[in-house]
Amino acid sequence: MLTDTLLFYFFAAVTLGGGILTVTRKSAVHSAIALIASLLGVAGLFLLQQAEFLFAVQIVLYVGGVMVLFLFVIMLVNLDQAARERQFNKQWWLALACVLAVGAEVMYFLKKGAAAFRLAPSPAAATPGGPGNTQAIADVLFSEYLLPFEVASLLLLVAVVGSVIMAKKRI
Amino acid sequence: MLHPITTLHYLVLSAALLLIGTAGVLARRNIVIILMSIELILNAVNINLIAFSRYFHSVNGQIFAIFVITVAVAEAAVGLGILIALFRNKETVQADEIELLKW
Repeated sequence: MLTDTLLFYFFAAVTLGGGILTVTRKSAVHSAIALIASLLGVAGLFLLQQAEFLFAVQIVLYVGGVMVLFLFVIMLVNLDQAARERQFNKQWWLALACVLAVGAEVMYFLKKGAAAFRLAPSPAAATPGGPGNTQAIADVLFSEYLLPFEVASLLLLVAVVGSVIMAKKRI
Repeated sequence: MLHPITTLHYLVLSAALLLIGTAGVLARRNIVIILMSIELILNAVNINLIAFSRYFHSVNGQIFAIFVITVAVAEAAVGLGILIALFRNKETVQADEIELLKW
């Protein structure tokens, strides 16, 4: 139990620290590195919540796929000029005030509703030999959520074709 | 001394990450970093979904997290494609210098 608690705080610190660095760093490459740390922290939180399949998906897809795409674009687009300019909008104080107001609101309601989440999640005794996390997801995904799954494949096809068309000079 | 971790801890963490991402979207000028902040927001949503999936002992939350990741990947691909097209035409990546539709 103590290990779980310490691991949660470790991953939470990595996630939030990486997030803050992503938003505040000057150089886009540094931001991307901080975002990778943050995404790895989220992956660790998935593992703590016994979502092993999503842990693997998070690392392979986000850290392996999306972040490489981001880094490619950062190298492709010349950001040296942008790094030397002003980094924040003129209305950054307004944005910060709005975010803090929403944050105070959310925390207030979470505190008021805390009684609803009092009980700690009882560790679902993973029966040895029973269906694992991946199998459980696949069972539901390919029966109950088959149509959304196919629609998602269509969405990915459209996104791939669209991004190629937009990034190409002349078609 | 240390309390055991409950769902509430995950909700607070998720809310904090969401707010950091929102601040990035609203306050930064660099479009690449705005896109990264959107990824942060979507990850905050995923943490929430997984926490509730564990709380209710149901796998449906994880399915929805998979769909959120799918949409996030599609969004990143299209957003970066738009960014490259934009940089080719306007030679800038600052969000407040792209004001063609501004009155």
